[in-house]
Amino acid sequence: MSGFLAGLCVAALPLLAAGFWAGRRTARPETLGGLGTPVEHATFQTLHTASLAAPPLRAGLTEETARKSARRLRTLLGTDALCLTDRETVLAWDGAGEHHRDEVLQRLTGARETGRGEAFRLRCDEPDCPLRWAVVAPLTVDDRVHGALVACAPRESAVLVRAAGEVARWVSVQLELADLDRSRTRLIEAEIKALRAQISPHFIFNSLAVIASFVRTDPERARELLLEFADFTRYSFRRHGDFTTLADELHAIDQYLALVRARFGERLSVTLQIAPEVLPVTLPFLCLQPLVENAVKHGLEGTADKRHISITAQDAGAEALVVIEDDGAGMDPALLRRILAGEVSPSGGIGLSNVDDRLRQVYGDDHGLVIETAVGAGMKITIRLPKYQPGVHSAARLPRE
Amino acid sequence: MNQNYAVPAVALVVLATVLVGAFGLRISRTTSDFYVASRTVGPRLNATAISGEYLSGASFLGIAGLVLVQGPDMLWYPVGYTAGYLVLLLFVAAPLRRSGAYTLPDFAEARLASQQVRRLAGAFVLGVGWLYLLPQLQGAGLTLAVLTGAPAPLGGIIVAVVVVATVAAGGMRSVTFVQAFQYWLKLTALSVPALFLVLAWQGDGAPRDAFAEPVTFRDHHVVRIDHSLHLRLSRPLDVTATGTIDGRRYTGEPVDLDAGVHRIERGTRLTFAPGAPVPTADHGSNGGMSSSLASGRRERPLYATYGLILATFLGTMGLPHVVVRFYTSPHGGAARRTTVAVLALIGGFYLLPPVYGALGRLYAPELTLAGDADAAVLLLPQRMIGGLGADLLGALVAGGAFAAFLSTASGLTMAVAGVLTQDVLPARGVRHFRLGTLLAMAVPLAASLLVGGLPVADAVGLAFAVSASSFCPLLVLGIWWRRLTPPGAAAGMLAGGGSAFVAVAATMAGFTGTGTLHALLAWPALWSVPLGFLTMVLVSLATPRRVPAQTAAILARFHLPEELRTEVKA
Repeated sequence: MSGFLAGLCVAALPLLAAGFWAGRRTARPETLGGLGTPVEHATFQTLHTASLAAPPLRAGLTEETARKSARRLRTLLGTDALCLTDRETVLAWDGAGEHHRDEVLQRLTGARETGRGEAFRLRCDEPDCPLRWAVVAPLTVDDRVHGALVACAPRESAVLVRAAGEVARWVSVQLELADLDRSRTRLIEAEIKALRAQISPHFIFNSLAVIASFVRTDPERARELLLEFADFTRYSFRRHGDFTTLADELHAIDQYLALVRARFGERLSVTLQIAPEVLPVTLPFLCLQPLVENAVKHGLEGTADKRHISITAQDAGAEALVVIEDDGAGMDPALLRRILAGEVSPSGGIGLSNVDDRLRQVYGDDHGLVIETAVGAGMKITIRLPKYQPGVHSAARLPRE
Repeated sequence: MNQNYAVPAVALVVLATVLVGAFGLRISRTTSDFYVASRTVGPRLNATAISGEYLSGASFLGIAGLVLVQGPDMLWYPVGYTAGYLVLLLFVAAPLRRSGAYTLPDFAEARLASQQVRRLAGAFVLGVGWLYLLPQLQGAGLTLAVLTGAPAPLGGIIVAVVVVATVAAGGMRSVTFVQAFQYWLKLTALSVPALFLVLAWQGDGAPRDAFAEPVTFRDHHVVRIDHSLHLRLSRPLDVTATGTIDGRRYTGEPVDLDAGVHRIERGTRLTFAPGAPVPTADHGSNGGMSSSLASGRRERPLYATYGLILATFLGTMGLPHVVVRFYTSPHGGAARRTTVAVLALIGGFYLLPPVYGALGRLYAPELTLAGDADAAVLLLPQRMIGGLGADLLGALVAGGAFAAFLSTASGLTMAVAGVLTQDVLPARGVRHFRLGTLLAMAVPLAASLLVGGLPVADAVGLAFAVSASSFCPLLVLGIWWRRLTPPGAAAGMLAGGGSAFVAVAATMAGFTGTGTLHALLAWPALWSVPLGFLTMVLVSLATPRRVPAQTAAILARFHLPEELRTEVKA
């Protein structure tokens, strides 16, 4: 009997879940019912319809977004037919009388040139076609006409002309926002391009100096270091793909550390602890190496003590957890907060805040750097890398010799 | 069974699992060994890990039990469990890896760019994961009960606590090594005793009538009935009884039972003469339903076998804990080589359980009567060898059985907890992963206490059926058909997987209809898989406008080797 009950529960659970989901989907503000006066109710309705039409238009004016929003806009205007065009073609026609497409398109030239709205009578041979008048309202972004909104009605109406004008202005605002979105994306892309692959000039100079010092005393070592240097710079300067795998990034870190160790000798010790299953994880190119560089800089430069850096990469379900820890000088948390906020530019390079920005850009705000530090207490940087993120694909691996 | 050896063995396995999980990271302190530390997991190691995670209690105990009760027909189980990887190799492995997806919901999102389909796939991961976890916990309970006489739920609770503790505490920092260790442990725990058992069988004159029908007692046998049951006899039976049969008391006198159903009260002792056929119990009476699937199998053997074949062949690719392991392969080609190695490793392992089943028919036939045939593997060493050697072998088998429950349960818990944290619980973070782990284990644990025991292998078969009807169409069509649309995928998963889930729920709830209906519900894969495929194809064809815009680029990425990827700007 208990088995039967349990089975019943098992069977009822998905039903409950489905009901919950359906309820959430259908519970829309329009069921506000008896809320407020009829006028207020009508206002709510209008605002709600407008808010429904906005999201597709935020993606710009294309055939698909026009089709999605035209239906909502027609409800908003309450006309028999509504049409959205760009500068050349009709993008979407919602409602009756699609045979007027070409005619409407021909009459658009005026509005397109002047940027002013107009109303005109439609020629129609079909007796039962409800459309006799069309109101054209241009859609402008930055004073350029991008297209037009055409509302068709059985008779001429000043109210419709006014309403169509207002709706067209509202649509124009949405399109301007879409334009803004696009330029913001472009800006971020440009920023990422500018930020990536910035190995510090100091590092190049120091490495070459170290290699030069070995050339006479230990030519074999110098040759090895030069090859490491060549490999590392090739990785840093590569031009394709914004992403790499953890394995490749760790390899670059190893080359970097080989060069640094040549300079500091026994003063620097490094421990790596790596769970092999996280090595294929994809991550933004050169986003760990700057952190290691930061640890080296804070730990070793300006003192004569021995320092230790540990790098750990472990598996944590759907994420990989990377921890970079050093026992160096540490940093005042308040100063660090200001550096990450971009208020102060730190002395050496743009390491931390650059990596933090890129991680947030790719994975969202809850995947930024987590830094634990205090003056004299070293620094521990934790990064959580999702194993899968839409749109994140590593480029082909570098050919290895 | 001597628990003085078995309990330390189980404790040792648990301890070793935790230790390997916590300290199994590769460590490098000098430059020269960096290359070793940063080397990706090779196909063979990864294949061992996949096998270790995949070989569950169903394989370790369940197959032997089913072979014992129902004979060689049940060999389709190991065949199906193995052949699933062949289908995976041919159609799914490499493209799935190239998609970059870690879980099945990730794959749905990568292919169809739809949050709704992602969430639906997540819901099915929960369903399949929980269905699969349930028999693991019940099997662990049975194992501990047989070993120590502890109450049945205790073993399940121990496994649940150990798994939640290690997973939630971040103890599985390096899953690959843990699971690879578990594979070798399981193989050893089954092969070494098998060797001794076969030697003992040879010493016994190698009787060859293991699969003679019906199973008969080879010598005088006393069976104690621990739960009241109904005995179904196909022919008259002579036994000596002490206890109550059909309401009459007997005290050690011979009884002639006619063909038909007889009720035997608990505490009754039955003594069988040599050569007497072993009757089968009708478990409908004692709250369990161990025989509900078996009866369907008896009535419609052909349908049941095909249902099983389809479910296991196509269901493997949709097992959440198996799919995530492919992410460890560095690229698609490696994923493919990994699958080939998995086929060899699993194929080798599955040669062993049928040996136990066959020997069980010879030496422990009364297990069919008591209804816990899944314990055959654990009891055989005692029955056939005896003495200290048997105790040690028994301890080894017990340790292996617990390794089987632990590895599969931890893999499944991580997969289910991952979906819960990512797609169900509101915010992200480490603390939520712990909450997800707790929830992932609490549901099947509660169910295992409520629902009576289905044979372990049968219950796992049901999870395979749901997986085959929901994820197989999604993966195969998603990888090989460019006209798949999000509404089509959602409708197909709901129709195929949803109907299979309802059928499974009805079967587990003990809704034992009769004849055809019962067979249809107990072996749903044969109709639900085609239903899933058909719905997915038809709805996709009906919504041609919803084909995701980037389909061509996505499919190119799935199918092109990684070295060529730079040319395709995806």
